[in-house]
Amino acid sequence: MTTTHAEPVHGGLPHEPEKATAEGRNKVLAFWLFLGGEAVLFGTLFATFLALRNQTNEGPTANELFHLPLVAAATFFLLVSSLTSVFAIQAMHRNRPALLRNWLLVTVVLGLCFLGLEIYEFSEYVRHEKFGMTTSAFSSAFYTLVGFHGAHVAFGILWISLLIGQLARKGLTVVTAPKIYVSAMYWHFIDVVWVFIFTIVYLLGKVG
Amino acid sequence: MMRTWHSARRLLPLIAVFGTVLAGCGREDLSVLRPQGPAAESSLGLMKLAISIMIVVLLIVFSIAAYVMIRFRRKPGQNEIPEQIEGSFKLEVLWTVIPLILVIVLAVPTVRTVFALGDNHSGDKNAIKVKVTGHQYWWEFEYPDYGIKTAQDLIIPAGKNIAFELATKDVLHSFWVPSLSGKIDTNPTGATNRFSFSAPKEGVYRGKCAELCGPSHGFMEFKVKAVSNDEFKQWIKAQKAPAVLPEDPALAQTFKEQCLKCHAVGDQGLSVGPNLTGIGSRESVAGILLNDDTRQDGAPVEENLKTWLHDTQGVKPGNLMPDPKQDMGLTDDEIDRIADYLAGYKLN
Amino acid sequence: MAQAAHTLDHPKPLGHGVKRHTGLMDWITTVDHKKIAILYLWAGGFFFGIGGIEALLIRWQLIKPMNNFLDAQTFNELITMHGTTMIFLGVMPVIFALMNAVIPLQIGARDVAFPFLNALGFWTFLFGGVLLNLSWVMGGAPDAGWTSYTPLSTSAYSGTHGVDFYTIGLQIAGLGTLIGGINFLATVITMRAPGMSFMRMPMFAWTTFITSAIILFAFPAITVGLVLLTFDRILGANFFEPGAGGSPVLWQHIFWIFGHPEVYILILPAFGIISEVIPTFARKRLFGYSSMVFATILIAFLGFMVWAHHMFTTGLGPVANALFAVSTMLIAVPTGIKIFNWLFTMWGGSVRFTTPNLFASGFIPTFTMGGVTGVMLASAPADFQFHDTYFVVAHFHYVIVGGLVMGLFAGLHYWWPKMFGRMLSETLGKWTFWTFITGFHLTFFVQHFLGLMGMQRRVFTYLPNQHFDTLNLVSTIGAGLMGVGTLIFLANIVITSRKPMDAANDPWEDGRTLEWSIPSPPPEYNFKQTPLVRGLDALWKEKVAGNKGMTPAEPIGPIHMPSATPLPFIMSVGIFIAGLGFMFSRDDFGGGFVSFLFNNYIVTGLGLLITFGAMLMRSLYDDHGWHIEPEELEGR
Repeated sequence: MTTTHAEPVHGGLPHEPEKATAEGRNKVLAFWLFLGGEAVLFGTLFATFLALRNQTNEGPTANELFHLPLVAAATFFLLVSSLTSVFAIQAMHRNRPALLRNWLLVTVVLGLCFLGLEIYEFSEYVRHEKFGMTTSAFSSAFYTLVGFHGAHVAFGILWISLLIGQLARKGLTVVTAPKIYVSAMYWHFIDVVWVFIFTIVYLLGKVG
Repeated sequence: MMRTWHSARRLLPLIAVFGTVLAGCGREDLSVLRPQGPAAESSLGLMKLAISIMIVVLLIVFSIAAYVMIRFRRKPGQNEIPEQIEGSFKLEVLWTVIPLILVIVLAVPTVRTVFALGDNHSGDKNAIKVKVTGHQYWWEFEYPDYGIKTAQDLIIPAGKNIAFELATKDVLHSFWVPSLSGKIDTNPTGATNRFSFSAPKEGVYRGKCAELCGPSHGFMEFKVKAVSNDEFKQWIKAQKAPAVLPEDPALAQTFKEQCLKCHAVGDQGLSVGPNLTGIGSRESVAGILLNDDTRQDGAPVEENLKTWLHDTQGVKPGNLMPDPKQDMGLTDDEIDRIADYLAGYKLN
Repeated sequence: MAQAAHTLDHPKPLGHGVKRHTGLMDWITTVDHKKIAILYLWAGGFFFGIGGIEALLIRWQLIKPMNNFLDAQTFNELITMHGTTMIFLGVMPVIFALMNAVIPLQIGARDVAFPFLNALGFWTFLFGGVLLNLSWVMGGAPDAGWTSYTPLSTSAYSGTHGVDFYTIGLQIAGLGTLIGGINFLATVITMRAPGMSFMRMPMFAWTTFITSAIILFAFPAITVGLVLLTFDRILGANFFEPGAGGSPVLWQHIFWIFGHPEVYILILPAFGIISEVIPTFARKRLFGYSSMVFATILIAFLGFMVWAHHMFTTGLGPVANALFAVSTMLIAVPTGIKIFNWLFTMWGGSVRFTTPNLFASGFIPTFTMGGVTGVMLASAPADFQFHDTYFVVAHFHYVIVGGLVMGLFAGLHYWWPKMFGRMLSETLGKWTFWTFITGFHLTFFVQHFLGLMGMQRRVFTYLPNQHFDTLNLVSTIGAGLMGVGTLIFLANIVITSRKPMDAANDPWEDGRTLEWSIPSPPPEYNFKQTPLVRGLDALWKEKVAGNKGMTPAEPIGPIHMPSATPLPFIMSVGIFIAGLGFMFSRDDFGGGFVSFLFNNYIVTGLGLLITFGAMLMRSLYDDHGWHIEPEELEGR
């Protein structure tokens, strides 16, 4: 490297603004690594859940508890939100900040719908099914795994909302672009985790 | 290379000394190195194989290390640059393949022994079944086939396979009689473990808890007493005999009201605490106060019982027995007389 | 093309007006990897001292049978804190100190990939460590062993807040480690100087890289384990509660899936250090460099597949035991490759026994002894006897003290002039070596026999007449000698710090790697011009070619620097407060305001608010950094 000054940007943004600077590239790389760690984290939670899922301690079993239509609706919201976040990144690559902002907004709203359904689901379990954190090993594992994912969704919603604010104030630049890009990576990741939760926790719970 | 050979030869007597030291290491009733049963012998057999291989490895490494450190030491004034060698494919293959062979030499008997020791004799009709339950900080031994329970002293017939079933009532413990066998953990029920060993020779063997289980973990000792088949049958009979209570009716009443709320003697009492049937003829009080009339390794049983009952927390910190004086309101005199009674409660 | 981090949208450099902190504020706000290294070193050294004092107390209690110097409860607290402190707060930070001090220099970078995260990693580690040690004065330290096996560590059997300090303290410290791991992975991947391909990287950079990868994949497992244990203890969850269907064995799996790779997190950096020190003082390139790289990767890979060898006596059954026994033994092969490669690096060399090389030379036989007992332990039926005895205690101290700590001593003596600009005294260094290694073998060699003779580990005392007395006495004397060695090292540091800062760029004269091409200590920007790397042992190559230094890969230009910031410190304070608040959320403070604050998670919330507030600040206000102008560089 001969200079530490910026690579020149003549007017518009480069095609992939998130990778235009060393900082941006580092950020994307580190975020991939971080997601690797997150995968181990959820992997351990899944292993724990699988080990304990039949230990219901005379409390409700998965089969008695789960209501698939509700979960399917939540799944729908989250999967679509992943799609809208792809649209957002496409808008970013085409340098259309307004469209980008709109897609991000849709993503956040869908995320909120998902979170609302999850909170509703949990509160139903606690209030009507006497199924709380302390009920059984199964309940502890369920709330911890699904709750960890829910907390990730909540964090993602806050994060993307914050980025929408930054986008409004600072515009789409080589500083804001990597942030938006990694937040989209994060969002896809929690979407993938949810697919596993839907399969392993809910479908498997209903079947066996 | 001469120097290497000389240093290696100087080590030979050392290995011989090492071998004798190993064989003479520790008490016969406690040491891993002086096995008294087939299970401990097969563990030691593997250890010996492993140690031999490892001593060879160490000798090679130490010799090369000594050689290079002496031979290639930089001398004063020496300032030339040594040849920069990238590596040597042949050598590197050599020290990849040789360790691999050594590993295989050790791995084959390891796997074989793992499966051999995996036989827990749970379906063996001739084996004596014993259920071991770990408690903070004592051991309960139940003989389901005979319907009896005892504590701290595990009585077994010499030469017979003992089929153990092990679990814990509270935290994890690990059941270990070094001179007879390796150890196995006691998990909560649901993860009950089974294993087996036998003691061909009659005698008393020391056992220990090997998994940290609280303050008195180090004091959670027990004894394995291998006796002849006849003596074993005799002991079963005596153990099943009706309870012997203190002769003094008042003391008997106190004993029943206070002690038998947790302990049992014969057919009376509960099994929350250790079973006290025949405690006067046991090897120890509380697992660590060794009963020894000659006072070489402990004290007479009545003295040990008094030491224990007057200061249970001092003897075994953190143990769960209520204090006879402070918590149960017994007088010093009552405690002494209960101790005398228990010391006299012997089985023949 | 990816060295100094920079931004695109800043029109003109800010170099002259930059605000410089001094004194304490400088240390709190620094994002310079060299200063963070020193912070790691002091903090790690401090905790190492605490762990050492704990070790001496343990040995003093065991000096004779039925000793009553310590009571049983205190003893259990001491062994728990000794293990936990040494591993997580003692040696790991010192490893991070050396990584921080050396890695950017070795790969020709001006800083790590994420200076801000680097500082954050340090401060979270420090506050986690402080939290853990606060347990001594806040109601009792954890007492369930560093492995914290359930159910002993659940609230039913460990009623004080001790284990809460363990779970939450380690959680916070572990966060710092994870951040550090990601940072070094990214640094090695993206910040290497032009020409430095992966296969031209110094071995220490390689082992740092692989260690960081292990951290990334192992630490999340313990994060989960600690969360589950915390939930069991504070929220009444049932993960490890057998009565409600929980499984104590599950904890063992989670702990060791993390715990065994952790062993390699500790030892691989030591391998790296030894691989730097020996070639330097043998004046010979590392023998079999590519097989060393391969062996490192293989060890890391196998390290994730052997965890159940810590659980041979748990009762997993013969199939699992056989599989894990064999996979464990296989690790001996790549480790053996390393040992012989070091020996053959010296073979034909011109070996100078400076203090660092003494430690490295002592490392080889000592670590080999720890390695061979490791293979012995892998043999499952033999392990039924070894497990949880002093044999195991001897084994892992041979590996961690005889291996890692000796490696750290080698590394500290070796890079001290680079970190501080002063050479440590060679005389005192040699004294340190001889007292430490003699004390070490006295302490731990006899423990093999104690274990074989039937002494189980973690016992607060033992009965007489078991043939344990003499060996325990010898062991305690040895521990004292190790203490003396450490004190000599401290004295050496103090005496050296009063001497003039006069270390040369290449004070050992035979330096081979990039860090020796720049001043000791290096300027804040490390390299005035990024060097061009033309081979393995980049500096050595230039020396042999007759060049005075490295060939620059760029003309002199303005250098971009990241801004100092107190945010990492503030974020860590927030996490610390949140942790304390959560820990005491179920406590009764006699009603009143304090109870109100804790029981309603207000303290926890406040802590998180501080942390997230600081994160928000970081996100909202872009840090453009500042520049050092060429004119300023010329003056230096």
